[in-house]
Amino acid sequence: MTAPLLELRNLSTHYVSASGTRVVRAVDDVSLTMNARDTLGIVGESGSGKSTLALTMLRVLPPAARIVGGQMLLEGEDLVAKSEEEMRKVRGKRIAMILQDPMASLNPLFSIGDQVGEPLRQHEGASRASAWKKAIGLLKAVRIPAPESRVTQYPHEMSGGMRQRIVGAIGISCEPRLLIADEPTTSLDLTIQAQYLNLLRDLQQDYGLGLIFITHNLGIVAKMCNLLAVMYAGRVVESGPVSTVFNAPAHPYTAALLHSIPRMTERRERLSAIDGQPPDMSALPKGCAFAARCPRVFDRCRQEEPPVFTPSPGQTARCWLAEGTR
Amino acid sequence: MSVVLEVDRVSKHFQARSGFFGGDRRVVRAVDNVSFSIEEGTSLGVVGESGCGKSTTAKLVLGLEDPSAGAIRFEGKDLVGMDAAGRRHYRKSVQAVFQDPYASLSPRMRIGAIIAEPLITNEKHSADTVRARVLEMLDLVGLPARSADLFPHEFSGGQRQRIAIARALALSPRLIVLDEPVSALDVSIRAQILNLLRDVQDRLGVSYLFIAHDLAAVAHMSQTIIVMYLGKIVESGEARALARTPMHPYTAALFSASLPDHPDDRREEIILSGEVPSPMNPPTGCHFHPRCPRAMARCAQEAPTLREIDGRRVACHLFD
Repeated sequence: MTAPLLELRNLSTHYVSASGTRVVRAVDDVSLTMNARDTLGIVGESGSGKSTLALTMLRVLPPAARIVGGQMLLEGEDLVAKSEEEMRKVRGKRIAMILQDPMASLNPLFSIGDQVGEPLRQHEGASRASAWKKAIGLLKAVRIPAPESRVTQYPHEMSGGMRQRIVGAIGISCEPRLLIADEPTTSLDLTIQAQYLNLLRDLQQDYGLGLIFITHNLGIVAKMCNLLAVMYAGRVVESGPVSTVFNAPAHPYTAALLHSIPRMTERRERLSAIDGQPPDMSALPKGCAFAARCPRVFDRCRQEEPPVFTPSPGQTARCWLAEGTR
Repeated sequence: MSVVLEVDRVSKHFQARSGFFGGDRRVVRAVDNVSFSIEEGTSLGVVGESGCGKSTTAKLVLGLEDPSAGAIRFEGKDLVGMDAAGRRHYRKSVQAVFQDPYASLSPRMRIGAIIAEPLITNEKHSADTVRARVLEMLDLVGLPARSADLFPHEFSGGQRQRIAIARALALSPRLIVLDEPVSALDVSIRAQILNLLRDVQDRLGVSYLFIAHDLAAVAHMSQTIIVMYLGKIVESGEARALARTPMHPYTAALFSASLPDHPDDRREEIILSGEVPSPMNPPTGCHFHPRCPRAMARCAQEAPTLREIDGRRVACHLFD
């Protein structure tokens, strides 16, 4: 059997304050597996650790953050053990990333052709001319009209939707195995978002990519993903196939999230809101981090942290309610 | 039910200058011949993409911009030509809650002072009355009384939005303009705020003009929805009927582009080609025709008028 495309094993990334006294466990004991052509949605609120997890996968963490344990296996190779020099050959080549704000990820001073071609020159030693030629093909792949003239233009000459497609073109330029998209459509209008999501889906088909969506939007997960991981306070509290988790969420947090979204089709007088707020990450309570907001909390939750249970094949949940299902 | 606010064929045009020394003048019709009314205790939702004119509409309703043409009537009186006392009454009666509660609250003021400020600038009260009103408002939005002595940085996004709502309610307004009130908040907090807005409406009978890009949230909150495209209303009608059976091809595309609630929800997708054109240079005829999957030859020549069909208003030649 071949190794999965990506396997995270008990991965932890902590932020440590300068004095070393405060530790924020932004990513804590995360285990996930995905294969090529899988689309994994990592869902969580701000502060849940989902973006830190994305940065961890590329090892582009801020200085205060450190990977303190676990493994990240990309096609069987552990990225945690790699040197910085080796990681440079992974980023943009085997794992690429699309960020939320296309204006911030493009350099205003370089032409589109230079920016789309840069990874090719960096990783494949392409000449400037051949990189430009390939850039035209990539712009065509992300459905930018008149790519021959667009390569000579600059980011300010394009709309938000077009810039985001250019970021997508840079992402796929070296035909990566894994594409991580961190809130890729938050800054886009609805009809442009629909265009962009369909484009990503087509690119995934054409290139056989593994795709990871980091998002707070369960709608994107419902539309795009086949796997889902729900993060809360640095931990994956539930994961599994999307249809299983949507139909039978095992963790009360997942269930509450699904119920709190207004739906177009049904009339409800009130939404079932989740009371309270996410916990302070530098002072997590004892036991389960969700206990204070959980509608189904019982004594044990406040004392002991729940381990990972397996309520159904492929589904995991860190919740005492799922105990006995393993 | 009485009509609180009536927007009657209102347009707002801006002069845009471009070219060397701004010699090239163009008119941007940010809002073009828009009419709607809001009844007491109800919510009107406005949806549309960037450049559709929903923010300009909000500014017009808040009195931050004056219309180029048409009339905005509050309690039956036209805003233009209102005397100073009438204007003051209007500004007290129409309040706003904005998208970003990190930007809309002064970091140097205590919560009590933030909520008291509209009371102090608009009305004459004793300090005791103001204090009592602040505590009443905090209670109404579900915050403890001690919050009054704290600063905004001590609150989370959801709590700050509660403070912004308390401030908007302090003067007992009749209409609140909600401009993307939950889009900056976390998913688990959004439902809290939407429920709070609902409760406040039930208790106080205040009306809402709800502007958001989250169609499901708008449909949940509003009785009536207006769909705008490049400054014009393309369709309006009862919220759920409009969401379920859109008539205008743009409404259909917009609602089909909204994300599903469930992975098994495989709806028919209408993917529009191209992007929203620049309002500086809108297409001829129907503004939507270059992207419309059902465009006819006529659509490029003739702009459709908004007409009433089965309780809906639609501007599309398909329904002539």
